[in-house]
Amino acid sequence: MIIEWLTMQQWSPYLAGAGIGILSWFTFLLSDKGLGCSTSYAKTAGMIESVVTRGKSRDKKYYKEFPPVIDWQWILVIGIIIGAFLSSILSGTFSVGVVPDLFQARFGDDPAVRILFALIGGILMGIGARWARGCTSGHGITGNMQLGTASLVASACFFAGGIAMAFILYAF
Amino acid sequence: MNVTDIRRNKRVQLILGLLMGIVFGFLLQKASVTEYDVILGQLLLSDFTVVKVMFSAVLVGMIGLYLLNRAGRITYHVTEGSVGTTVIGGLIFGIGFALLGYCPGTVAGAIGSGWLDALFGGAVGIVIGAGLFATFYPRLKPLLSCRPFKEPTLYELIRVKPAILIPLYCIGIVILFFLLEMAGL
Repeated sequence: MIIEWLTMQQWSPYLAGAGIGILSWFTFLLSDKGLGCSTSYAKTAGMIESVVTRGKSRDKKYYKEFPPVIDWQWILVIGIIIGAFLSSILSGTFSVGVVPDLFQARFGDDPAVRILFALIGGILMGIGARWARGCTSGHGITGNMQLGTASLVASACFFAGGIAMAFILYAF
Repeated sequence: MNVTDIRRNKRVQLILGLLMGIVFGFLLQKASVTEYDVILGQLLLSDFTVVKVMFSAVLVGMIGLYLLNRAGRITYHVTEGSVGTTVIGGLIFGIGFALLGYCPGTVAGAIGSGWLDALFGGAVGIVIGAGLFATFYPRLKPLLSCRPFKEPTLYELIRVKPAILIPLYCIGIVILFFLLEMAGL
């Protein structure tokens, strides 16, 4: 029974979402934190800069406020990679790919084009996530379940910007 | 070991972070929101999986956090914002969201499921972007503090007590789910 669940290709989005909600109870209770991801990328950037500049980048104002060290949230993102890997291996859906179907149908199957799109999107997302002080996890899930004003506004802006850009890319 | 000791113990926190991340990644993958096609489907308003996952998490999480907070077991962590921070940053994020097709959490899940565009494009890009933001942070500060939100939560903004607003909000989410199912989305 449990094996069947674990090897299932897809769970109901309501059930998986409820699971994330329950997980949030434990992150608050045991770690005094909410689920969030984007700070980890800023910390990674800080760690890389610190190595390249031999520690000089630690004087940067941002890294004084958000020290680039391995902490709970940084390791959480590593955990996501492992968890998704386990899930896809168990359900037999793991496969190495570069160009998703929808992207291929619109922009062709050149991996370099897809990587370029992803890189530009990633750079904007990295800037935007730290600018807005959170991402679809920190604002979209954790912030919204506390009905935080900034998180409600941020989520609306994530989707407003995302929907507008997706229609520019795909609708015409 | 009581909860305070667990929260203070750095090594325990790293282990917990890893375990909670594994559960989070497992759930994201099982919900299929680690797939580019599903995220773009949401942004093109043809597949509402992302909305269903997010609002289910909010519904269940919100009720639990409220009860835990009332029992004095947890404290809320609400992020402050402003028009300069939240609106501008949120819109930049959104544009990146559509180009990348993953978010900072699901990009990690996509890497775990074998997607190399998520690794060499997405994750690398987000690190570069976050580093760029850190570099320009001191110069952006005046813009970031532009028109701060005075009320940190919706309760304070519309002056409705959590004991009333939370049930109403949850009913609203359930109605949204019914409408989505009725519309076949």
